[in-house]
Amino acid sequence: MGILSIILFMPVIGALLIVLIPASNVRLTKYTAFVFTLIPLMLSLYLFGSYDRMSGGFQFEEFAQWIPAINANYHIGVDGLSLSLVLLTTLLSFISVLVSWKTSFRPRAFFAWLLLLETSILGVFVSLDLLLFFIFWEIELIPMYFLIALWGSGRREYSAIKYVLYTLFGGAFMLAGILSLYFTAGTFSVVELYQTDFSLLAQALPLAATFFLFFIGFAVKLPVFPFHTWLPDAHTDAPTAASIMLAGSLIKMGGYGMFRICLGLFPDEAQHYAPLILALAVVNIVYGGAITLKQTDIKRLIAYSSVSHMGFVLLGLFALSELSLLGASLQLISHGLITGLLFAVTGILIHNTHERHIKKLGGLARQVPVLTAIFVVGGVGAMAVPGTSGFIAEVTVFLGAFSTSVVSSAPVFTLISLTGILLAAAYILTTLLKVFFGPPKPTFDHVHDVTLMEKIYCGVLVVCIFAIGLYPKLIIDILEPVVASMALLWGG
Amino acid sequence: MNWITIIPEVIIAGTALVIILLDLISHKRFLPTTVSIGGIVVAAIFTLTADYSTPLTIFGGLLTIDGWSSFLRIILLAVTAGVILVSGDYYAKLKHSWAEYHALLLFALTGMMLMPSAGDLISAFITIEVAIIPLFIMAGLLKDSRSCEASLKMMLIGGIASAIMLYGMAFIFGSTANTNLGEISLAISSMSEVSGGLMLGILLLAAGFCFEVAAIPFHMWAPDTYEGSPTPVTLYLSAASKIAGMAIIVRVFTTAFTNPQSLSAEWGIIFAAISALTMTLGNLLALQQTNIKRLLAYSGIAHTGYLLIGIAVLGVSQGQDGQPTLLFYLAAFALAEIAVFTPVIVITRYLKSDETGDFAGLGQRSPLMSLVLSLGLISLIGLPPTAGFMAKLYIFTGAANSGLLWLVIIAVLNTVISAYYYLKIIKIIWLKEPVYTEKISLPLLPGLVTILTATGLILLGIAPYLLIKLAEGSVIILP
Repeated sequence: MGILSIILFMPVIGALLIVLIPASNVRLTKYTAFVFTLIPLMLSLYLFGSYDRMSGGFQFEEFAQWIPAINANYHIGVDGLSLSLVLLTTLLSFISVLVSWKTSFRPRAFFAWLLLLETSILGVFVSLDLLLFFIFWEIELIPMYFLIALWGSGRREYSAIKYVLYTLFGGAFMLAGILSLYFTAGTFSVVELYQTDFSLLAQALPLAATFFLFFIGFAVKLPVFPFHTWLPDAHTDAPTAASIMLAGSLIKMGGYGMFRICLGLFPDEAQHYAPLILALAVVNIVYGGAITLKQTDIKRLIAYSSVSHMGFVLLGLFALSELSLLGASLQLISHGLITGLLFAVTGILIHNTHERHIKKLGGLARQVPVLTAIFVVGGVGAMAVPGTSGFIAEVTVFLGAFSTSVVSSAPVFTLISLTGILLAAAYILTTLLKVFFGPPKPTFDHVHDVTLMEKIYCGVLVVCIFAIGLYPKLIIDILEPVVASMALLWGG
Repeated sequence: MNWITIIPEVIIAGTALVIILLDLISHKRFLPTTVSIGGIVVAAIFTLTADYSTPLTIFGGLLTIDGWSSFLRIILLAVTAGVILVSGDYYAKLKHSWAEYHALLLFALTGMMLMPSAGDLISAFITIEVAIIPLFIMAGLLKDSRSCEASLKMMLIGGIASAIMLYGMAFIFGSTANTNLGEISLAISSMSEVSGGLMLGILLLAAGFCFEVAAIPFHMWAPDTYEGSPTPVTLYLSAASKIAGMAIIVRVFTTAFTNPQSLSAEWGIIFAAISALTMTLGNLLALQQTNIKRLLAYSGIAHTGYLLIGIAVLGVSQGQDGQPTLLFYLAAFALAEIAVFTPVIVITRYLKSDETGDFAGLGQRSPLMSLVLSLGLISLIGLPPTAGFMAKLYIFTGAANSGLLWLVIIAVLNTVISAYYYLKIIKIIWLKEPVYTEKISLPLLPGLVTILTATGLILLGIAPYLLIKLAEGSVIILP
């Protein structure tokens, strides 16, 4: 059993232990969750450090026979992109445990679901077998359903079931895609599929159809317009920890899947349909940004901003140049950190002020200076101000998409997408202005500022955001081999 | 010695007789339970120890005993044991016919266990009737108006279905001059073309079988019968009789009608169409049900639809593919049904209500039962890591491989629809606040059953090859 398996299954073991702890012992429950998310974080940091950047490719692979009859195997491994996402997920899971430290409503079940959620997300990123990938993809629904439906707020039950049905709907298409690939190539192994030339084989379905089956599956998750309506509901009504996991880590499964499967396995189809998908990306960016401007609920505002930001991922992915792919990968990581921070700090804000309507908040900068500062950092990250990881990511996407020689119409789409930056500045700045600046309101005079614990976990994310923003080599180093080999599919 | 090969059935029928005789002497509550479980265990031992690697044809071709028969015998015995163990809650209601209840259960089991082995149209008909007549009585055991309606409805529609089936058999006999399945196959393959009369016969036969497994449009009896019957009988109907029905469809159609290829593909497509219709309507009708037993009836109809995909694959592939996947699906379905019904039996008896709304807050009142119930429902949706996922995966894979990808897409979309009503129950159990907070205790025997089935569901979800290997060794070998 390798380190990767330990990272993958450590949270499940933690969840099982938590179930065995007596309900009265809340302290032990929390510490168990703490330890069993800390260990995977440490181990994935170790893997991140020891990944051989020179040779690239899949490393730390593990293989075991699982269902020989259909040639499905327990095959896991990571390359630079999935390893970065694994690290992001273990980090956000750990932070989610800290964020939920004060949970008093059924803490045992809460932490158990949270840990199960971590394993299922990690499983998606490390699986190199499509069946295994799909299983983790579907398992994730159950913990998230309960996290939203039990510990959420507002129309939580509606949002939870909407989330599940949307994802199942996408999953149905993906399963059809997986089966179609399986009957074309006779294997579930991603590594083997990479080496297969489908045009030489009798295809179970036309390749373009298979491509779109996968694309729809991932598009629901990313989310891509018009499949995005579950996102604001789910993110808004979820408890803070689940919002962080959803926006920070879970929707990245969609981007990752597109990179790994839609681009990696169907380069010709991807190139052929790129203009169509880039158009969707533009809609995501502009429509998502515009609709964010109209939001009055602070959590919903951040949720909608994800739709816009994920549009940049789609733009970068389907511009199909090395630089744009790098930008998209960076955006996946950077958005995870920034939105994670924004949801964490919004959670604190709502918890402390008992208010989530932007109009009713105001002038908080005086009363809660530290919280304001943290929110501002998250905000400038989301606005892609230089120095933050958001800047590096979005600039790379724009440069890559503008200069791509693979998709001729990409520069036009890129130019339109630039308005996304303006929109982001508009909604972030107006929010900052309305919520934190202006005359202080006496109702919030006795609102607590952030506690030490909250400072620590927000601080960690702030450091990460600036570290990548100021020294991007930190992560570009490990992403570079992946995107370079991917870009070769379209001639570099 | 022909009798040796059907000794498990003989033991079961014998046990039923012993129970009736013992009832003359003693009315102890646990006597019928103990005796029937004993009989089932002995029958299981005889099934497991015998060697069926070469098919045995007995009684002049009336029965064919092979791996297929023994695999299904084990599943049916296990399901029946489960039903008997969870029936304890109905003792108060069925007190006056307690021994008869067990005896009827075992008589029906005798018929069901013989159904998968039918080697002749005559024995097919007789075994079906042996299985189904006790079920008519069992559905009406509660003797209230609902229960009587359940029984009568099943009997009337069942009678019509039997008539249709016999009519079909007559046509087949008329066209091939044979009732033996193997002989029929030979007769058909020597024909220059398949006559209209034969085709009509096959269609009528299929229609009769569709009643047995509650496929649309022959499903009308199911919701009312499921609702009115004692709940353990509902479980028995939805699990055991469906399994036996599927098994006999596979036996008859693969043995008799897989030659020539055009005929095989023809009924394959017919079953594919019935399958699409059955799962779609079953799921859509289930959406609005608030009575748990009716809901499970429609869910069972939907699952008949998924199972018929396997039959369609069988037809399209000329009987080559699909048998192991069907066996796996049947086992997974049986496990999930028991996992769902056991808590439902205990809970509905306690609450004196079948309405799903009354399940509010069950998660707090009875965590173990709620957990197993949720697990069973998740398996019925077909989500990992449960047996239901693997079962669906296998059956969808098989269908995609046989060029039935359109059917797979309909089926996966159906899975999404079904998630809505299954999750609705899970939601009520865990998210709604309970009206009363007192705990509902789980009796010992049903507790045992729930733990066993839950373990089975997870185990088969993670390591399906444990069973699929056995299933692959249990297919019907065509001459």
